[in-house]
Amino acid sequence: MRQRSLIAITAALAAGSLTLTACGSRDEGSSGGSGDKTTVVLGVDAPLTGDLSALGLGIRNSADLAVKTANKSEYVKGIEFKLEPLDDQAQPSVGQANAQKYISNKDVLGVVGPLNSSVSQSMQKPFNDAGLTQVSPANTGTELTQGDGWKTGNSVRQFKTFFRTATTDEVQGAFAAEYLFQKAGIKKTYLISDQKTYGAGLAASFKANYTKLGGKIVGTDNINPDDRDFNAVVAKIKKTGAEALYYGGEYPAAAPLSQQLKDSGQNIPLMGGDGIYSAEFPKLNKKGEGDLATSVGKPVEQLDSAKEFIKNYKEAGYKDAYEAYGGLTYDATWALIEAVKLAVEGNDGKLPSDGRKAVLDAMAKVKFDGVTGTVSFDEFGDTTNKLMTAYKIKNDAWAPEFSGSPKLS
Amino acid sequence: MNELPQQLANGLILGAMYGLIAIGYTMVYGIVQLINFAHGEIFMVGGFGALTVYLWMPDGFALGAAVPLMILGGVIVSVAVATAAERFAYRPLRGAPRLAPLITAIGLSIVLQQVVWMWYPDAKKDHPFPQFEGGPIDVFGASIQRGDLFVLIAAPLCMFALGLFVTKTRSGRGMQATAQDPDTAKLMGINTDRIIVMAFAIGAAFAAIAAVAYGLKNGQVGFRMGFLMGLKAFTAAVLGGIGNIYGAMLGGIVLGVAESLATGYIGDIPGMDLFGGGAWKDVWAFSLLILVLLFRPQGLLGERVADRA
Repeated sequence: MRQRSLIAITAALAAGSLTLTACGSRDEGSSGGSGDKTTVVLGVDAPLTGDLSALGLGIRNSADLAVKTANKSEYVKGIEFKLEPLDDQAQPSVGQANAQKYISNKDVLGVVGPLNSSVSQSMQKPFNDAGLTQVSPANTGTELTQGDGWKTGNSVRQFKTFFRTATTDEVQGAFAAEYLFQKAGIKKTYLISDQKTYGAGLAASFKANYTKLGGKIVGTDNINPDDRDFNAVVAKIKKTGAEALYYGGEYPAAAPLSQQLKDSGQNIPLMGGDGIYSAEFPKLNKKGEGDLATSVGKPVEQLDSAKEFIKNYKEAGYKDAYEAYGGLTYDATWALIEAVKLAVEGNDGKLPSDGRKAVLDAMAKVKFDGVTGTVSFDEFGDTTNKLMTAYKIKNDAWAPEFSGSPKLS
Repeated sequence: MNELPQQLANGLILGAMYGLIAIGYTMVYGIVQLINFAHGEIFMVGGFGALTVYLWMPDGFALGAAVPLMILGGVIVSVAVATAAERFAYRPLRGAPRLAPLITAIGLSIVLQQVVWMWYPDAKKDHPFPQFEGGPIDVFGASIQRGDLFVLIAAPLCMFALGLFVTKTRSGRGMQATAQDPDTAKLMGINTDRIIVMAFAIGAAFAAIAAVAYGLKNGQVGFRMGFLMGLKAFTAAVLGGIGNIYGAMLGGIVLGVAESLATGYIGDIPGMDLFGGGAWKDVWAFSLLILVLLFRPQGLLGERVADRA
């Protein structure tokens, strides 16, 4: 019997260890005032380790650049900004612990991040209770700001402290559907999601808009984002005669999925959202030619307003690229800096005693020309900038195809 | 087009890979009754060992010629890590209660992941792995990728060699004796410490071959790849009857085919469309495991053994 119970214990342990993943390094913030200046700490939370770290490191570096730029030009007189990055490993539980860490540090007046909508869900409430402003550069889950009622037109603001510079899945899904149906002329699509908050939301929005336009979803499936072998799913797609595959999820699983799709003899494009718009995607996928992605904003390389950002980013000598969210992160960080400036200016040049409340109150008034265009927030905390771009893989790299704002019904 | 041959082939390829990894679980368990939870990470470091060898190759070196060297590199790394783990982490705990080495194994698994994450260049995200050029080959209505041919050839060869080793060589018979009764085997003059190291080493070598197969198939290796594969391989070992080497391979193939068929067909059953597809395949695979264990608690090929503890 002892052997049997050993296996039982082992199985329990195995299940437990499913939630156990690698512990990352953490930089402990040590806040020290420098001379006559008041220190304001801004947090940045993103996955700095793990398979989404390419995107996460780009976020951290871009926030760092914004803080350095503000300090260098003394953008807010008498205030020295300090960045405290924390690693959430793309895990909601780690994100929540990080949120508590920020809240307990009284010098933290705002937090940039996170990358994942699912992580954001675990951080929103603690931040809201503490009155600490959060600006995400990447969360596109529509319900994060508008609640589950958005599908039926009953949008209700969820948390007064949550803002974002990224647009919503509602906008992204609608844009993807319009692009695929009208521009690419593809009428039959297979739909796959990775069941995470981001992937499922995007897939649902795509489906709703695509069928509204007259397109046909010939089949749907869900996959486990930790898997790398999707041949069984791919064989299933084959018999449906789909002309494209829409995937709601991120690049680590999308890359082998796309390659196995083409390996099976189906020369149809895989399309995804900003989660697959990473330079890693074509590196991990040798048959990505023709695959499509949508991403928020215009490519920063094409924007005049972003030239300085790109130049400064290069000069700062960061080891990792700014990736998909660099410009949006810079703008998110700058929105917080702007809010601090408004708070300080409204208080005779000194930081108000309740800095968190003053910053939060100032967020509604924030409006400036950022890297990705004019940055301001609507009544839900969503960005007012709804510009999107579709990209296609050409010669193993993403190339912009078409930019525009979708018509929302 | 009939999808069945393709799904069977997909399952077979996946299952052969599970089977190769499962050998490591089953051999170590058969001899020291330890579930080596770090084995998934032994598999992972083998993949990185093979990748390192490939990156050392001069440009333009044909992949076909590089593969044997990559296998060698992967095997060396995996075996070195596994034997070191045995010597420094498990051997000091040999007399301890069984849960102690089990927890050690889980800890070791986290350590290995972190070491690769931290020290291997560019390993913080999935790392591209070389793949064979050229299109698929058609066999009985199923198309098989060039990279997948590797595991289809390697798995039976490995099983055949292992079978010969265990039954025909002196060391192999020593291994069987140690598995049956370590104390008596020791009294008969068998160096059981050496046999145990050998079991770890063979398991690690097979895991490294599986890792090369994984890389060639999926075009990437990553520091987290050992976790899910290790869990599935452990399941395969239990399904086939832990302690039995042929059972491990059979369990792997049954598991792979079950996953593949569940993805392909469960959703087509009327009223089951919500429970089909890629996300539910693990549920069905583990349901199968429970079912098998209900009727054959010793696994498919396992023998009913008296408690040895």
